Amino acid sequence: MNNGFYRRRKLVNRLALTLSMAAAGIGLLFLLLVLSTLVVRGLSGLTLDLVTRMTPPPGSEGGGLLNPIMGSILMTGIAMLLGTPVGILAGTWLAEYGRAGKLAGTIRFINDILLSAPSIIIGLFIYELMVLRMGHFSAWAGAVALAVIVVPVVVRTTEDMLRLVPDSLREAAAALGAARWRVITMVSYRAARTGLVTGALLAFARISGETAPLLFTALNNQFWSTNLNAPMANLPVTIFQFALSPYERWQALAWSGALLITVTILAVNIVARSLSRNKGNRT
Amino acid sequence: MTVQNLMEQQVPHPFAQQAGRENRRDRAFHGFTMGSAILVLVILGGVALSIAVGAWPALRAFGPAFLTTEVWNPVTDQFGALAPIYGTLVTSIFAMAFALPVGFGIAVFLTELCPAPLRRPIGIAIELLAGIPSIIYGIWGLFVLAPFLQRTVQPFLIDTVGQVPVIGALFQGPPYGIGVLTAGLILGIMVLPFIAAITRDVFETVPPLLRESAYGLGCTTWEVVWNVVFPYTRVGVVGGAMLALGRALGETMAVTFVIGNAHRISTSLMAPGTTISSAIANEFTEATGTLYTSSLVGLGLVLFLLTFSVLALAKAMLLRLDRKAGK
Repeated sequence: MNNGFYRRRKLVNRLALTLSMAAAGIGLLFLLLVLSTLVVRGLSGLTLDLVTRMTPPPGSEGGGLLNPIMGSILMTGIAMLLGTPVGILAGTWLAEYGRAGKLAGTIRFINDILLSAPSIIIGLFIYELMVLRMGHFSAWAGAVALAVIVVPVVVRTTEDMLRLVPDSLREAAAALGAARWRVITMVSYRAARTGLVTGALLAFARISGETAPLLFTALNNQFWSTNLNAPMANLPVTIFQFALSPYERWQALAWSGALLITVTILAVNIVARSLSRNKGNRT
Repeated sequence: MTVQNLMEQQVPHPFAQQAGRENRRDRAFHGFTMGSAILVLVILGGVALSIAVGAWPALRAFGPAFLTTEVWNPVTDQFGALAPIYGTLVTSIFAMAFALPVGFGIAVFLTELCPAPLRRPIGIAIELLAGIPSIIYGIWGLFVLAPFLQRTVQPFLIDTVGQVPVIGALFQGPPYGIGVLTAGLILGIMVLPFIAAITRDVFETVPPLLRESAYGLGCTTWEVVWNVVFPYTRVGVVGGAMLALGRALGETMAVTFVIGNAHRISTSLMAPGTTISSAIANEFTEATGTLYTSSLVGLGLVLFLLTFSVLALAKAMLLRLDRKAGK
C-alpha cells in the first residue's frame, strides 16, 4: 500500500512534468512558427527598392515602402521628442519628490493603467481632441497619439532606474551644499543614465509597431508627404491595408514591412537589454 | 532651511544671492517635474472625458438598451453594442483558456525543469516575443493560421464535436477559416509570451529556502510546484493573468485581421463575429453621421470601463504580492 502511494506520486509527478514540457513545447513552437513565416515571406522583398521607392498603385508591380518608412520615422521621432521629456520629468518627481506620498501612489497606479490601456482608446482620445477640432486627419495627431503611449513607459522606467540610485549619493551631494535640483540633474541622472536611455529605447520599440492609434489620427497616404498638417503614410497602417488587399504585390510588401518592423523592434530591445545588463541593473 | 537663515541675516552673506537663485531654480524644477507627473493624471482624465463626450449622442439616443441590443444597422441608424461586447468577451476567454495553461507550463518548465544553460536564452526569447507588435500576429493569423484551420482543424471539429448534442452547436456551420475561434487562438498566442514571462517572474519570488525545505522533505518536483510555489504566488499569478486579460480585451490589430467583422452573435464559434476594438478599427474612418460615429465611440467607452476595472483589479493584486515580498 505504501509502495502504491509512492508509485502514484511518482506517476503524477511524471505526468504533470510531461504536460508542462509539452505546454512549453507547443507555446515555443507557435512563436517559432510566427517568426519563421515572417522571415520566409518577408525576406525576398528586403531589397534596396523597398527603402528607395514609393508605394505602388493598386495592382501594379514594383515599388517599395519609402513613404511609409519616412512617415513612420518622422512621427515616431516627434512622438519621442514630445513624450520622453514629460515621462522623464514625471518619473523624476515620483522617485525624488513624491516617493511614498499619497499623490505619488495615485499617479503610479494611474500610470500603470495607462501603460496597458488599449491603444485604440488612445486613438479615439486623440481623434476627439485633435482631429475633430482641426477638421482633418494629420501627422501631428498621429505623433501626439504615439507620444501619449510613450509617456507611461518612460515614467515607469525612469522611476525604477532612479530608485536604484543609492540615497547615500544624494546625501553626499546635499551635504556639499548642492540644491536639490542640482543633486537630481548632476548626481541621480548621471548615475541612472543608461537606465534612462533604456527606457527611451523601450518606448521607441513599443510605438514603432503601434497601428491602432494611427488608424484614425494620421490615417495613411499613398503619396510622399512631409506636411505635418496632412495625413501621412506610415508603416503599420500601410501593412494593415496592403495585407487585406487582393493584390499580390501589396501583400508581398506587407510581409516585407512586417519583417522590417519586427527586426527593428527586436534589435532595439536587444540593445536596450545589453545596455542595462552592462550596468548590472535589472529592467 | 540654511538658505532661509542666510536670507534673514542683516549683513548680506557673500553667497546669499547665489543661494536665492538656487532656491528659485529648485522650486522651478520641482514645479516642472510635479506638473509632468500630474499630466499623467490629466491624460487619463482626458481620455475618460473625451470618450464620454464623444459617446454622449449615442448614449442619449439609445439609453441603457445600447448595451443589450444586437442590431447594428448604419442604414436605419440603429446601433447596439451587444454583438461586439459578446465577441470581445468570448475571444478573450478563449485566448485565456489557451494561454493560461500553456504559459503556466512554460513558467514551470523554465523555473523547475529547464537545464541551467538554456534557462536564460529561452527566458530572454520569450520576453523579446512579448514585444512583437500585434499587427505581426494579425498578418500571420490571416495568411497562415486561418487557411490552415479552414482546411484541416475546422472540418474535423465539425465532423466530430459538431455532431455531439448541445456543445455541438458551438462547432457547426461552414468552415470560414476566419471567425471567433481563429481570433481567440491568435489572441492566445499573442498574450502567451506575456503570461509566461510574468508567471516566471512571480515564481522566482519564492524564497529558495521554502522550495528546498519541500524538496528536503521528499516532495516530488510537481508537489513542490503545486503545494509550495503555487500557493505562495497565487495572488501574483492571478494578477498577472488579469493583466494579460486586460491586454486581450483591448487588443485590436491581431483580432481585426481574422474576426470577419460581422455584427451578429452566432452560436457557432466558427462563424465570423466582431469585437469592440475591431469594430472601431474597421468602421471608424468610414462611419458617416453623428450617431454612427458616436456609437463607435460608445463602444470605446464600454471597452475603456471594462479594461480599466480589470487592470485596476490586477494592479491591486500585484501590489499585495509586492508588499508580501517586502518591496
